[in-house]
Amino acid sequence: MPQTVFAPWENPEEKPLIQFKNVTKRFGTFTAIDNLTQDIYEREFFALLGPSGCGKTTMMRMLAGFEQPTEGQILLAGQDMANVPPNERAVNMMFQSYALFPHLSVWENIAFGLKRMKMSKGEIDTRVHEMLRLTRLERFARRKPHQISGGQRQRVALARSLARAPKLLLLDEPLGALDKKLRQDTQFELMDIQEKTGTTFVIVTHDQEEAMTVASRVAVMDEGKIIQVATPDKIYEEPNSRYVADFIGDVNIIEGTARKVGEDGYDIAWAEGQEPFHAKTNRELSDGQKAYIAIRPEKIAVAAEKPEGAYNSIKGKIVDIAYIGNMSTYHVEIPGGLMIKAQTANTRRLARRGFTWEDEVWLSWTLTAGSVLEE
Amino acid sequence: MRRFTWFNATSLTLGFVFLYMPMVILVIYSFNASKLVTVWAGFSTKWYGELVQNEAFLDAAWVTFRVAVFSSTIATVLGTMAAYVLVRSGRFFGRTLFSGMIYAPLVMPEVITGLSLLLLFIGIGLDRGILTIVLAHTTFSMCYVSVVVSSRLVSFDKSLEEAALDLGCTPMQSFRLVTLPIIAPAVISGWLLAFTLSLDDLVIASFTSGPSATTLPIKIFSAVRLGVSPEINALSTIMIAIVTVGVISASLISKRSVVRQKQEEQEAAQS
Amino acid sequence: MRRFFLISAPYIWLLALFLVPFVIVLKISLSDTALAIPPYNPTLDLTQGWAGFKDFLSKLDFENFVWLTQDDLYWKAYLSSLKIAALSTVLTLMVGYPIAYGMAQAPDEWRPTLMMLVILPFWTSFLIRVYSWMGILGNEGLLNQLLLWLGVISEPLHIMNTPTAVYIGIVYTYLPFMILPIYAALEKLDSSLLEAAEDLGCSRLSAFWLVTIPLSKNGIIAGCFLVFIPALGEFVIPSLLGGSGTLMIGKVLWEEFFSNRDWPVASAVAVVLLLILIIPIILFQRNEQKAREADQ
Repeated sequence: MPQTVFAPWENPEEKPLIQFKNVTKRFGTFTAIDNLTQDIYEREFFALLGPSGCGKTTMMRMLAGFEQPTEGQILLAGQDMANVPPNERAVNMMFQSYALFPHLSVWENIAFGLKRMKMSKGEIDTRVHEMLRLTRLERFARRKPHQISGGQRQRVALARSLARAPKLLLLDEPLGALDKKLRQDTQFELMDIQEKTGTTFVIVTHDQEEAMTVASRVAVMDEGKIIQVATPDKIYEEPNSRYVADFIGDVNIIEGTARKVGEDGYDIAWAEGQEPFHAKTNRELSDGQKAYIAIRPEKIAVAAEKPEGAYNSIKGKIVDIAYIGNMSTYHVEIPGGLMIKAQTANTRRLARRGFTWEDEVWLSWTLTAGSVLEE
Repeated sequence: MRRFTWFNATSLTLGFVFLYMPMVILVIYSFNASKLVTVWAGFSTKWYGELVQNEAFLDAAWVTFRVAVFSSTIATVLGTMAAYVLVRSGRFFGRTLFSGMIYAPLVMPEVITGLSLLLLFIGIGLDRGILTIVLAHTTFSMCYVSVVVSSRLVSFDKSLEEAALDLGCTPMQSFRLVTLPIIAPAVISGWLLAFTLSLDDLVIASFTSGPSATTLPIKIFSAVRLGVSPEINALSTIMIAIVTVGVISASLISKRSVVRQKQEEQEAAQS
Repeated sequence: MRRFFLISAPYIWLLALFLVPFVIVLKISLSDTALAIPPYNPTLDLTQGWAGFKDFLSKLDFENFVWLTQDDLYWKAYLSSLKIAALSTVLTLMVGYPIAYGMAQAPDEWRPTLMMLVILPFWTSFLIRVYSWMGILGNEGLLNQLLLWLGVISEPLHIMNTPTAVYIGIVYTYLPFMILPIYAALEKLDSSLLEAAEDLGCSRLSAFWLVTIPLSKNGIIAGCFLVFIPALGEFVIPSLLGGSGTLMIGKVLWEEFFSNRDWPVASAVAVVLLLILIIPIILFQRNEQKAREADQ
């Protein structure tokens, strides 16, 4: 079974395609990338996720060769990329604005990079057609960029950057300019194309949903540092910090002090006179240490009666209900004034739903529902 | 939907009458049979006939045209380079001085520019003629070109150049294949501006021309100093006609292409 | 290497043909008039090396500038240029603002045409546009003929060769420079701001004063400088329309140079004119800078 799962980062034998080695990038006094070390493997779909100004774009521009690291090294397939200008790198980039040449047709845009490669006319023709077919743009080959729709432009940009068969393709917010519906379709298309071509993709995005959907691994960045790198499910289920837990999805964070109970269990005392919450983790915490429990709203059950045998349960009052259609989110105030969000799927019709404003309810969750975090 | 109010319609009408009346009168009186410009004595085209036989005017026009072609072409090359440097080059030694020298000629009174260039030409012993006028015109019109081109470059999406580099272009290729075609309209309007400025210039040309080379504005100026002349009216009419045809056709062409582009964009969005 | 060439070609051109000539003007303004070729003293003799240079420096003085303050022709010319430039700037604003306003309020499909109508004179020869007024303003000119015929006046007005003619000439030729920046500012103005002002109890007129005028301030300032700065050193308009009665410094400089052949005094006149211009130029730059920052 493990052989079929794509996880080269777990194999110490595997040689990374890209290596950042203690890379620092400063612009004047501003540090955009702070002593960053990271490997990216061949055929990976690697997402750099973070708020604007976190350094994700700078990382990508250093890979493309538009910026040089102030300190440290970037290796591509073992070769140091310092002093290799952008036009001589086996790396191509898909720009956020697409940067399609407005004076050239779709065909000429895609052929642009090939013409720089000393290819014969016939070879260029074949390759452009191949790319047009891959991106389903055959009908639009003769059009100019302003004569096609946004989604088509996006595909031209992708075809153009893939035409040179780069070892590494960089995508800077590739779907940012598309509307939501189109974006979702295009995400799957991107994954499809990545699989077909076997190219390594590095994508920069601030949209966590997009990163989770497309990527094999997600790196969450903040202030020039990578906070956590993991597969999307691990990032969501096992965030390593409050920052990651908060950045990805909705979360309740309860602050308290830890006390070890048994092998890997902890009691988290979160308020005076209240029973502590219980949680399991393989993290080692010392007694009396400050700790946080991060629980996703959908992992908290809402009930009218105190549930039997629940490890964690607490009574509260519904303050607000957000009805989203398939889900309802309850904002429940628990003793001490803390507001907890709990989400339930609306499997029944509205009329038969149990709770309304001001209702007293019981919240409960399991031992492993929440992650215990140190910071 | 906006509509003309009475006030706006009146102020626009009065304003444009003020702007165009003198020129219209000039054109009408160029067809006046009388030598006396203020008395209408019937329609005639005799002043145009006299004009085309006036060798001095024709010579001056030819000099002016050559000066304008040479100076505007050199100015376009230098001005585009200067604009590119100002917008793209970041810091370099003497940047402040450089940008100062680009903007200063725009506000410098012509009499001072002319005087200073003349003193330079005398100082280095350069005979005044077509060459000196070309040098002088190039100097001030390259600044206009660079302002026009740099305003286009500022709004130019820099990632287009990066995309070209990314797709294997050297910086020179990227300029030739991507930047230049896209900023071409601005470069052309820069050239046209430089050309017109050179055609128009009286003051700087008066300082820097010698007896061997007289430009049309110098000729016109010395003629009209003595008063209104029907021959100059005819010449003015021809010049106004050329400019009018040029400006109107240029704006029609650009309007057509804008309209077409908008239409195509709409169609693309709907497809 | 390529970058070096790109920078140095226009740079060297401007150094040689803009900065150096100006230094020469400065130097000659400090020299003495002489009946020689060239008609000034001293000339720099580099064959004598450093001593020659020191000797050259010691002969420079501010005599010409002192002369400018003593002969009242010059300071009167400066003052009258300032007055004419300032007054005609105000007049141009008064004529130009309603036109720019009318353009900005015009229906969308009209605007390109109106814009072209403003730009067209701008491409037409300056000299010809000034000249076109000569036939109108003269004693037997069309304006007087019209007014006499209408019976408004009984004797021809004396306009040609007076400062009034110069004002008309400046307003006429520089009008597009005033209209275009104001129009650009007014066009950006969101019409819902005026509706909001009226909604909040302003009358039409007070909404104009309290909203439109302040928001077009940058355009007004830019337009005023674009008229004032070139008008101050204007030569063609006063010499064609102003006659001998109108004193403007551009004309004085021209005559000093071509008629009197007094190069050092002409150079000194130029240097002082430039010093006067520096203040409005700096103010103008600052206004542009502020407008750019506000745009971002």
